[in-house]
Amino acid sequence: MTTVETATGAAKTMVLNMGPQHPSTHGVLRILLELDGETVVKAVPDLGYLHTGIEKSCEDKTYSQAITLTDRMDYLNPLGNNLVYCLAVEKLLGLEVPKRAQYIRVMMVELQRISSHLVWLGTHAIDLGAMSVFLYCFREREEILKIFEMFAGQRMMTSYIRIGGVALDPPAGWRQAVERFLKMMPSRVDEYESLLTENRIWMGRTKGVGYISAEDAVALSMTGPTLRAAGVAYDNRKVFPYSSYEEFDFDIPTRTDSDCFARYMIRVAEMRESLKIIRQAFGKITNEGPIKADAPGIIPPQREKMKTEMEALIYHFKIFTEGFSPAPGEAFVTIESPRGELGCFIASDGSPKPLRVHFRAPSYINLQALPKLIEGQLIADVIACIGTIDIVLGEVDR
Amino acid sequence: MTETSSQNANVVAELLRSWNPKAVAEVLEFRGETTIVVPRELLRATAEQCRQDAGLQYNLLTDATCLDRYPHEPRFELNYHLVSIPRREKVRLKVKLSGSDPVVDSLVLVWPGANWLEREIFDLFGIRFSGHPDLRRILLPDDWEGYPLRRDYPVEGYRDVPNTGELFRKSSTP
Repeated sequence: MTTVETATGAAKTMVLNMGPQHPSTHGVLRILLELDGETVVKAVPDLGYLHTGIEKSCEDKTYSQAITLTDRMDYLNPLGNNLVYCLAVEKLLGLEVPKRAQYIRVMMVELQRISSHLVWLGTHAIDLGAMSVFLYCFREREEILKIFEMFAGQRMMTSYIRIGGVALDPPAGWRQAVERFLKMMPSRVDEYESLLTENRIWMGRTKGVGYISAEDAVALSMTGPTLRAAGVAYDNRKVFPYSSYEEFDFDIPTRTDSDCFARYMIRVAEMRESLKIIRQAFGKITNEGPIKADAPGIIPPQREKMKTEMEALIYHFKIFTEGFSPAPGEAFVTIESPRGELGCFIASDGSPKPLRVHFRAPSYINLQALPKLIEGQLIADVIACIGTIDIVLGEVDR
Repeated sequence: MTETSSQNANVVAELLRSWNPKAVAEVLEFRGETTIVVPRELLRATAEQCRQDAGLQYNLLTDATCLDRYPHEPRFELNYHLVSIPRREKVRLKVKLSGSDPVVDSLVLVWPGANWLEREIFDLFGIRFSGHPDLRRILLPDDWEGYPLRRDYPVEGYRDVPNTGELFRKSSTP
């Protein structure tokens, strides 16, 4: 802690170092806060503590190998990361994915959205002093992770969505598991709301805190619930539909107060919308049908075919040694992750390894607006504001 | 889908050409995506036009990134991905830069959100943005040498090989 004098010399301000190890930064984020009493005069975020060079590593792997790296970026949304990467590769290849696989993808990423919002709600509430909400949220998240384990064999780093489709057929008993979850979840969301929405302490800590105008939010490239809480109905699932989202019936919740409370209400409403989408996808997924595109040389052949057909064996060998080579060109795909617009830019030079892979990380870009949210506010509100933009440091630093 | 996007390409290119015939160096179409190649000197003016023109309204700068085509020249390609929320359209602006003089105008004055995007490109590719208010490294430490996302930077980095006392690879000056 140091004390420095401002240019005018009138008021004395203090520079406080917050983080990188701080429970409310949800990872390793460091913020330098210049304080005048309890008011924040200036905030300078400092990041990079989790930088792992994922974009560089992708350049040294074949297209299918890089999928496992994408899981590890935004670790609360691994399926979304898989999806955006695969959509970009499929766009480069001009590959058409079977409808059944598209619906499975939609169901999985919407389950993921709910689980991500649950982690957000639990940790945000614990930051602001509501301990029990965290326990309830993680109880339901566990159910979602169990479903992921059924489908992919993994709870978190699933790598379930693959180029051209999904990794495996839905397992036996998946309908019962998802149905049980769909039956249970709506009342649980009501339960969180009954704990928080009209809670006086919760309202006191979030209402009117962290305001940003719609113009500023767009100018600062903010997306996701933060932008929708400012009244801009921008959601990639509606504006630029992907993976057959245009066939689903759901609403984009928006509010206009643009404070922490509005962002909380948006995310709760989004959980309910996601449940609607999952229910529709549940009905659309047929029991039989292809889960992978028909593209020999790109999609690994089935095990049985490999043992009986020479051609399939050759393809298998070629895919796993050499990889496949999309035509030279560039593709940029965006999807709606729980945090905002998640984008993937891939450039190919016609070789089996990408020339460049870049992720438009919503956490990174939304974090940019943090000083705008907290300057002039009280120091206690810094915690509320960091929580409310919902950052995942693995994605910020990549 | 392809039809609407090529229509959009025509609209964007025509509107920009009627504003300044030199602004559009090339129009590229690939997989339904429109790319407008802009000369380096005109980047900021073109970006400003894209944001303000009533027929374009690209109000959201969603992404900016760099691509290194080493050893080919011009080596760097900057890609700016713009979205028009009211028109529901996307476009990509591209600027090509040579390896010997990787400097371009900053777009922070047009979209304040370009700030960290440009800092990231500066940090990882060593492109300089003139007029940027705060051009510092963002992800890497301030004393880091070299620009890791350039194609001539080894994936495994520059590091010591244990027990030999030798550098794994000799550092090339960026």
